Amino acid sequence: MEIVLENFTKRFGDLTVIENMNLKIKEGEMLALLGPSGCGKSTTLFAICGIHRVDEGRVLFGGQDVTRVPTQQRNIGVVFQSYALYPHMTVAQNIAFPLTVRHEDKQTIKKKVGEMAELVHIEELLGRRPEQLSGGQQQRVALARALIRKPGALLLDEPLANLDAKLRLEMRSEIRRVQLETGISAVLVTHDQVEAMSMSDRIAIMKDGKILQVASPNEMYQRPENDFIAGFLGNPPIAFLDGIISAGNVKISSGNIEFPCPENIEKHPDGTHISVGIRPEFYQPGNPYKIPGTVSFVEIQGRENLYDIKLKDGNLLRSIQSANVSPLSPGTKVDWGVNPEQLFFFDNSGKRL
Amino acid sequence: MSHNFKNWPIVTGLTLVTIPILFMYVFLFVDTVTDTRPGEMIPNRFTLEHWRFLWENIEGKASVWLAMLNTMIFASSVTLIVLSVSSTASYAISRLNIPFRKEFMAGILMLHAFPSITLIIAIFLILQMVGLYNTLIGVILVKASLQLPLGIWIMKGFYDSVPWEIEMAGIQDGASRFTVWYRLVLPQVRPGFFALGLFSFLEGWSEYILPAVLAPANDVQMLSVYLASLIADDQHFDFNLFKSVGLFYAIPVIIFYLFFQDKLMNIYGGGTKG
Repeated sequence: MEIVLENFTKRFGDLTVIENMNLKIKEGEMLALLGPSGCGKSTTLFAICGIHRVDEGRVLFGGQDVTRVPTQQRNIGVVFQSYALYPHMTVAQNIAFPLTVRHEDKQTIKKKVGEMAELVHIEELLGRRPEQLSGGQQQRVALARALIRKPGALLLDEPLANLDAKLRLEMRSEIRRVQLETGISAVLVTHDQVEAMSMSDRIAIMKDGKILQVASPNEMYQRPENDFIAGFLGNPPIAFLDGIISAGNVKISSGNIEFPCPENIEKHPDGTHISVGIRPEFYQPGNPYKIPGTVSFVEIQGRENLYDIKLKDGNLLRSIQSANVSPLSPGTKVDWGVNPEQLFFFDNSGKRL
Repeated sequence: MSHNFKNWPIVTGLTLVTIPILFMYVFLFVDTVTDTRPGEMIPNRFTLEHWRFLWENIEGKASVWLAMLNTMIFASSVTLIVLSVSSTASYAISRLNIPFRKEFMAGILMLHAFPSITLIIAIFLILQMVGLYNTLIGVILVKASLQLPLGIWIMKGFYDSVPWEIEMAGIQDGASRFTVWYRLVLPQVRPGFFALGLFSFLEGWSEYILPAVLAPANDVQMLSVYLASLIADDQHFDFNLFKSVGLFYAIPVIIFYLFFQDKLMNIYGGGTKG
């Protein structure tokens, strides 16, 4: 089912959290709402499922206006951050609850619960109570409960936030698998860019109640529209240096380097102040324009080594390098460089040029 | 239990303190089935005479069984009213966006702090005016309403500890607000619900002043009033009869405690595990 938010506005008292948001979730896709906490992504989610009233604008499900339709009749499945399983019911009763309140007959319920349990691989847990389950198992139950009545869409509110690192990896692919298998449209709310990138078809990145860019994970990483997005995606994060355009060249004062403008910023006049974004994977020994500095911090990650490089004027660059060579120790002077084609340039307002 | 201290001093101390109380209970029972000469400690004969109120009416009094029935009706009705009103009212206060919520809560606290005895004359007049004086219904309504502030307050505390997500999930699963309350939220506050019910029943069972003032007549008399009236007469009072009726009065409470003590202990253990 296709979900459309049209000029959606939400206020809490005098505070406008979201103003005039437009968003479209295509049939069968998984869209991630990504943003820092407090940016309004959960609010958006709760507006779609109807827990929050929409102050202005419309919510459309498959072309139908459901703005004033109560939550109970919207037929949307939600997985909450805390899973919100009903503690006094068994797993089977939890999963069956959406059908029980619809008074479906017992045989059908039992059959459907069985199917769902099979889908999320919890067949042997049906008789247990939520408190006897691990976090990942609770998550699976919540997923089964959200899906059992074949909802038009599945909403996931920070579904992995309460899991430990290993389970997070596992559930990431599990949720994606279930979503693909059922072909359901899904919205994933998360503040974790890795989650958003790895699980979704498209990402809508939000800040202060506004959607900054909607794009596929790859495109968003390759072509962020502004410095906030560039900074939000990628781990370790991108580093920014101040630059200035002069006589067809980009001068980066802190690195004391100068290189010809790539064609996308050629037309900007001399004296334009710009911000240069350097991703850690593009600050490497082999690149032509050297920015010398000192290793200030090393993080060994096994397959890769992560370096923080302090430049002469105190600015920081990051570099991620394969751990084939033995790691450098802090204090080592390095002379790594960048390649202009791989850099991002942002104007004063943060927009990418 | 670890033995980094000696047990016997504690046991001895507790025993010494408990013995007088124990003696009182023992003699309460012994005195109901024996006679003792004045000035002596040891009873001199066994008798069931003091329990005669069970099979015959005491002079000038209604049957003790009627009083028992009245007390039972009184305590159960109070419990029923307190439970149904406070479990719904405090849910509304805890969760629903009702007007004057704050003022209402402040009012409940005030009422709770207010000694009910100061209202007794006004209540008496009102009951007489509406024709509920000397009726069970009248005194039930009064007791229940005086009991409600505490009940609402206790239940609100329990509701407050139920996570919102459970309700959101319930709504999302297609249940109405009422179904969510009844099938999802109420089970989470069960310990509070039971404890409140138990307290209300015991409160009702032991209530004296309200029935004594508002329903003193023989046909609506309760056990507490019945018991007090046995020694109200200066001319002939029968201590052993009084003790027997007292024991009779306490038996249901003791049974109640034996059955539900674990639930009572639970009153502070409410809420749900994450």
